Amino acid sequence: MNLAAHGVGHRYRERVVLSGVDLTVAGGELVAVVGPNGAGKSTLLRRLSGALRGPGVILLDGGDLTRIPARILARRLAMLEQEVPTELDFPVEELVAFGRHPHRPRLGPLSQRDRTAVHRALEATGTTGLVRRPFSQLSGGERRKALLATVLAQEPAVLLLDEPTVHLDVHHQLEIMSLLAELAADGRAVVCALHDLNLAAAFAHRMLLLKEGRVVAIGPPAEVLTRDLLRHVFEIEAMVMASPATGSPFAHFVVPPPAGFRRSLGTPRLYTADRDSGRPDGDCGLPEASP
Amino acid sequence: MKGTVYLVLGALLVGGVLAGVALGATAIPWGRLLSYATGDRDALSPAELLILGRIRLPRVLVGLLVGAALAVAGGVMQGLFRNPLASPYTLGLAGGASTGAAVVITAGLAQGNLWSLPGGAFVGATVASLAVGALARTRRGTTPLTLILAGIALATLFSAATSALIFLANPQEMGAILVWTMGGLGRATPAALTYLAPLVLGGIAVVLAFSHDLDVLALGDDQARHMGLAPGRVRFALLATSTAMTAAAVACAGPIGFVGLIVPHAVRLVLGPGHAHLLVASALAGAAFLVWADLAARLILRPVELPVGLVTAFLGVPFFLYLLRRGGGR
Repeated sequence: MNLAAHGVGHRYRERVVLSGVDLTVAGGELVAVVGPNGAGKSTLLRRLSGALRGPGVILLDGGDLTRIPARILARRLAMLEQEVPTELDFPVEELVAFGRHPHRPRLGPLSQRDRTAVHRALEATGTTGLVRRPFSQLSGGERRKALLATVLAQEPAVLLLDEPTVHLDVHHQLEIMSLLAELAADGRAVVCALHDLNLAAAFAHRMLLLKEGRVVAIGPPAEVLTRDLLRHVFEIEAMVMASPATGSPFAHFVVPPPAGFRRSLGTPRLYTADRDSGRPDGDCGLPEASP
Repeated sequence: MKGTVYLVLGALLVGGVLAGVALGATAIPWGRLLSYATGDRDALSPAELLILGRIRLPRVLVGLLVGAALAVAGGVMQGLFRNPLASPYTLGLAGGASTGAAVVITAGLAQGNLWSLPGGAFVGATVASLAVGALARTRRGTTPLTLILAGIALATLFSAATSALIFLANPQEMGAILVWTMGGLGRATPAALTYLAPLVLGGIAVVLAFSHDLDVLALGDDQARHMGLAPGRVRFALLATSTAMTAAAVACAGPIGFVGLIVPHAVRLVLGPGHAHLLVASALAGAAFLVWADLAARLILRPVELPVGLVTAFLGVPFFLYLLRRGGGR
């Protein structure tokens, strides 16, 4: 199983949000896409999923992904959006069975094979105990796991996840990331967009760092999570060390940034305005450095 | 649980049909009905047979189909727009159908051609559903609030248009439109069944084939797309089908409120949100509800008939409020 993107780009109206991205992910690999807000992480995932069309080629096992009919594609590749409506009253068991949609005929109950797939997805995510609970009454962490079970029930070989740990406490963040690592170890290709750089470095085999829609770096966490790249892409000061516990690289962000930090960057400010908030990017409410 | 619900609905349906045929301004004793049904051809007088065959049976059948159509259309719209307030009424479809039918009556086309009235209603309902779809669309899809506001605005507009047509019509047509806008099964004829039955039964079949899609669509368009669904196509097919069902029901019985809003809600509170069961049970419950409501409308002030819309409101709303209170603690 192999997902390969060549020269993938995208624009919304006139605005180029992604350009020239090359990425190959093999089965067994967990790749984290990181970058500032508006860097194009979600757009890249949606391009890889086939939901968005644009310049570049995306190959699934060597075949053009855009030529695969949506239902057939959904049996091989699954994507989980960052947000889904939370007010769903479906019990978890029925929700997870939605993942069988691309496998099922229009009418009729779940087949034995469908039920096995649902059962395995529930087991893999540790949600077997939640089957009767309505989705709307679950906690944030339980919801995320139930949704993960839903896309797993599609039995995909490629799994794309947009911010799977968003809104979760640290316990559930680790739980979800461990789960993704297991799913990759089972032979799936897993690509997830993440905000937490240290979480990405601890779990991902490779990190892809985006800035303004372009790949700044791609490689093992030790090559991507570096002081210079963090400074260049996020405009922050950080100390990067090896985690004493895991050995993976770990960034300690220097708060507050030292006086004169902005001017000492040495690189010109590339952002005029952030795409998401309209604020200058990297200006996260930190006090302006005095001259 | 589900079995019990279907059993109750089935019993209500069969009971409603039997009572709807037997009871009315002229009561026909059960005993004689039964002996007629078991082979005694002389048990009923020719006049009674005429009442049964030409008036009551068609009326009951039309009631079943109209009730099922409105309830299923409401259930589909609530799922389609992810909006609990959606219904043929609140989205202006019933209003559009009324205006379309009123145009046909004013133009003098309603007599003679069986399909002209449902045709006018269908055109009106289609205009309404296209308009509500276009008006409610914002940058990021349709929000629940804009949808309902657009629907209510359209319903008001159509109601004004219908009033204008009544105002401009000659006295005879005026009476015809007025009676028709009150809604009711009183004018049900066997002929109406020739368009009502295929449209409603066919519509229910189409909608059931999309019940899994409606479920998955609850996850939002983006997520549904990742699961192999084409939200635009599903929406179009389902909206077209429910528009046709609404138009057929309104052309036949005039606008009858509450059935399309309340029945699917009541069913959802009891059976849960899965659309396969929701739509089947809504069809049964809508059919039974309208037949019983029509029976009440015929009997309460016998021999004067009440508009059935009054009864659906008086029966339906308290029951709905009860379910809402009970379901709220679930």
